[in-house]
Amino acid sequence: MSDNGARERVLLNRDEIRRAITRIAHEIVEANRGADAIILVGMRTRGFPLAERLSRAIEAFEGTKVPTGVLDVGLYRDDLTYLSVSPTLQPSEIPTDIEGRSVVLVDDVLFTGRTIRAALDALIDYGRPQRVQLAVLVDRGHRELPIRADFVGKNIPTARSEDVRVCLEEIDGRDEVVLVQGE
Amino acid sequence: MVSQQERPETILEEPALAPASWRRRHDLDRDDCTIDVIELVMTTADRMREVLGREVPRVPALRGTTVVNLFYENSTRTRTSFELAARTLGADIINIATASSSVTKGETLIDTVRTVQALGAQIIVMRHPSSGAPYLAMRHSNVSYINAGDGRHAHPTQALLDLYTLRDAVGSVRGRKVVIAGDITHSRVARSNIWGLTAAGAEVTLSGPPTLIPREYACASEGRLPPVKVDYDFDRAIEGADVVMMLRLQGERQQAGLIPSLREYAQLYQLTEERLARAARGAVVMHPGPVNQGVEIAPEVAHGSHSLIEAQVTNGVAIRMALLYLIAGHRREGAR
Amino acid sequence: MRLLIRGGRLLDPASHLDGELDLLLEDGLIKARRHDLDADGAEVIDARGMLVTPGFVDLHCHLREPGEEHKETIASGAAAAARGGFTTICAMPNTHPPTDSRGLVEALLERGEATTVRVLPIGAVTRALEGKDLADLADMAEAGAVAFSDDGRPIWDAAVMRRALEYGLITGRAVSDHCEDLALSAGGVMNEGWVSARLGLAGIPTAAEEAAVARDIQLCELTGGRLHIAHVSTRGSVELVRRAKERGLPVSAEVTPHHLVLVDEAVMGGVEAMGEALAYDTNARVNPPLRSRADVEACVEGLRDGVIDCIATDHAPHAEEDKLCEFDHAANGISGFETAFALCNSLVASGWAPIETLVERMTSGAARAFALDERFPGLGTLADGAPADVTIIDLGETWVVDRAAFASRGRNTPLAGQTLTGRVKATIGGGKIAWSELRQEVPVG
Repeated sequence: MSDNGARERVLLNRDEIRRAITRIAHEIVEANRGADAIILVGMRTRGFPLAERLSRAIEAFEGTKVPTGVLDVGLYRDDLTYLSVSPTLQPSEIPTDIEGRSVVLVDDVLFTGRTIRAALDALIDYGRPQRVQLAVLVDRGHRELPIRADFVGKNIPTARSEDVRVCLEEIDGRDEVVLVQGE
Repeated sequence: MVSQQERPETILEEPALAPASWRRRHDLDRDDCTIDVIELVMTTADRMREVLGREVPRVPALRGTTVVNLFYENSTRTRTSFELAARTLGADIINIATASSSVTKGETLIDTVRTVQALGAQIIVMRHPSSGAPYLAMRHSNVSYINAGDGRHAHPTQALLDLYTLRDAVGSVRGRKVVIAGDITHSRVARSNIWGLTAAGAEVTLSGPPTLIPREYACASEGRLPPVKVDYDFDRAIEGADVVMMLRLQGERQQAGLIPSLREYAQLYQLTEERLARAARGAVVMHPGPVNQGVEIAPEVAHGSHSLIEAQVTNGVAIRMALLYLIAGHRREGAR
Repeated sequence: MRLLIRGGRLLDPASHLDGELDLLLEDGLIKARRHDLDADGAEVIDARGMLVTPGFVDLHCHLREPGEEHKETIASGAAAAARGGFTTICAMPNTHPPTDSRGLVEALLERGEATTVRVLPIGAVTRALEGKDLADLADMAEAGAVAFSDDGRPIWDAAVMRRALEYGLITGRAVSDHCEDLALSAGGVMNEGWVSARLGLAGIPTAAEEAAVARDIQLCELTGGRLHIAHVSTRGSVELVRRAKERGLPVSAEVTPHHLVLVDEAVMGGVEAMGEALAYDTNARVNPPLRSRADVEACVEGLRDGVIDCIATDHAPHAEEDKLCEFDHAANGISGFETAFALCNSLVASGWAPIETLVERMTSGAARAFALDERFPGLGTLADGAPADVTIIDLGETWVVDRAAFASRGRNTPLAGQTLTGRVKATIGGGKIAWSELRQEVPVG
């Protein structure tokens, strides 16, 4: 629900999220000609449950278990000097060797692109994948770097002052994508 | 938080902020430290250890930050530890060993740190032979300080890395019996560990000759000092101990007449295999280094299976990386 | 030259006088104390609502001249003393060169005469303060030295102390010893206690003072010479002096204002400051060091009972660079003239004793300890014919310690920014106004 009286609008409901994930799962498998050499790496925090859901979806229709990992980009951010407090670092865990594999980064919202840039830097420090693709649930525009998503759940044009909030069952207790108007 | 106009629109997701427990610009001592600060540093150090374990152990987190090692006392291991920590985080690190600098020409501490600040340092790692020196420096300059040891007062990063090493080796120290033995009076390692271990719930006993343990730790001291026991009988103190932490005995103590001889001291207080056998099964042995072989600790114990001495050194880098990271986030103006 | 102090509450402990009276000063002496005195051409100071006491007497201060004029001069020290209400100050001999001969005693007296405060020299006990050979004690006494001391150092050789006390039988002057067993205090920079254990600073145990006090008292008993214990700071020392007095020995003792109020926690920044960065406040570094609460309480009791005869400031000004450094390297001392009265007044406010007791300990009690009333009859009192040394105080005025405004060149005080109650409004030395914040009416015609 809205806090401090800001106006909210639901962009995607539970069913729409489910369908988007199913469709993205199919697109990933199609673009990679199968599910064998893929690793799904979810960004902290909400990218990770999305990666897990994609893995389960792929397993359901393809029968292949796609490994998932989680990436925390705290040490790679480009804005550390601007924050007043160091972000808490979470563990990163990439279970298999990414060398020569196809990594699909998964995140909930794509905005300026800086988180993904940081993720690419982090990923390279784990090894040299054959290719890196990006899957996001929502692309809200306003890119500041030349980054684009390969797989998008929904494109939603937004104003800079607005905020897109993704709520997921695993973390927030419900599935919903909300647009919040700025003050 | 910075206002909307000043702060560039960068990260789409609000970073998970450090809990209220880390709000310090400096790390000067472990006095009055709390368990949540200890845990925050240790979980951050876990992340740093992951980085250190990689093929290419380097992250850009502190890129653009200048860290200066300002050491008024010789120290290879601590200084190198901080240097590795800074480099791994991508910071620029400068070492100033004061013996070769303008300090020998009589420059005061305050003038030196102001000069270092003017040269662009944001974080100073300082080791100084006078207790209290980093507090003086901090009050007269505008950089962040990490205390790498001030006189006999504090060695806060040592206490953290010791707790971290213990966490790996024995898990929680709550309720565990820890004996710290040796020259407590002159030991900043002892003082900081006493604060850290008692905050983490350990039961601490100090042991050593009466001439090297401040009397006030033995009396109640009106609750102003952390609660510890004192037992001058090392054989008795070590019984059932889970952790035995040995302190370095410096030759100067004998010269100053505080102990009659190193030989007699070793007879009474050296950690031998025999004495270690009186400790609990699975007891661990620690020492901040460098070790005086054959004085405070027998070589076979220092290198033996109970010894965590090497792990302490390794963990030092991860802990110092964690501190640099947490403090770097606090050097903005306005942060306390 | 006539000066009339009108309408104040006159408090002269020596004569148990406490009442609203006018005070007339003429030709440098107290002339009369009565109701409704006629001005009759005298300069008038309006002291209504004020306390009027004899000028304060300080048995222990460091004026730094000759040799360290950047820290203080006789002139600046006297000006600071006047602000603090002191009209008689005894200057310790640890200058460069030290006051260890007639010529230097006379030089000091001469410099002091240029001020409106009575500056009295304390001569060195040993030549060059080396602690080995006695200086010309009788000669210096004749020249005007009022006591002997080797302060900032102890007279560490017991045989030398014995002889110095024996010479006291012909000089009639007390030997004031800075009681410190150097072997026990070696390396120490603050009181040995839980604070020093916490801060990792080398401590000076109370026994270092008490061992030396005990020795001196035994030597006093052996010789019969007058012994004065400088800056008592410990419970043990108070007890030793108490028992010595009970035995009838010629022992007197002084205590500083800071040892009556401040404790060793001040080095940390106070217990309230726990949780903030530790202070390692060099302004709280002094010798003897600030002690524990129990020691302070014993000193406060001892002063009330009269076991401790008087308050002495041990005013010890230092240059900024001597304090703006690591605690280990900082100089010992507090610049205390200007805060002395107000700091001690806080004891009165907390019910320690009536104001009369405090005034006695700062005036006639001090004068008696050095037998100054023999040389200057009436010194420390407001009796007729006594020197016209008067201090006028507003007991209720609160003020904030601003060390930038000190008259002393030494700004080293742990009280900076603190609010104190009780302000010296005017000080008159020898009938002349040494310091005044009050209105004066100059006679017409």
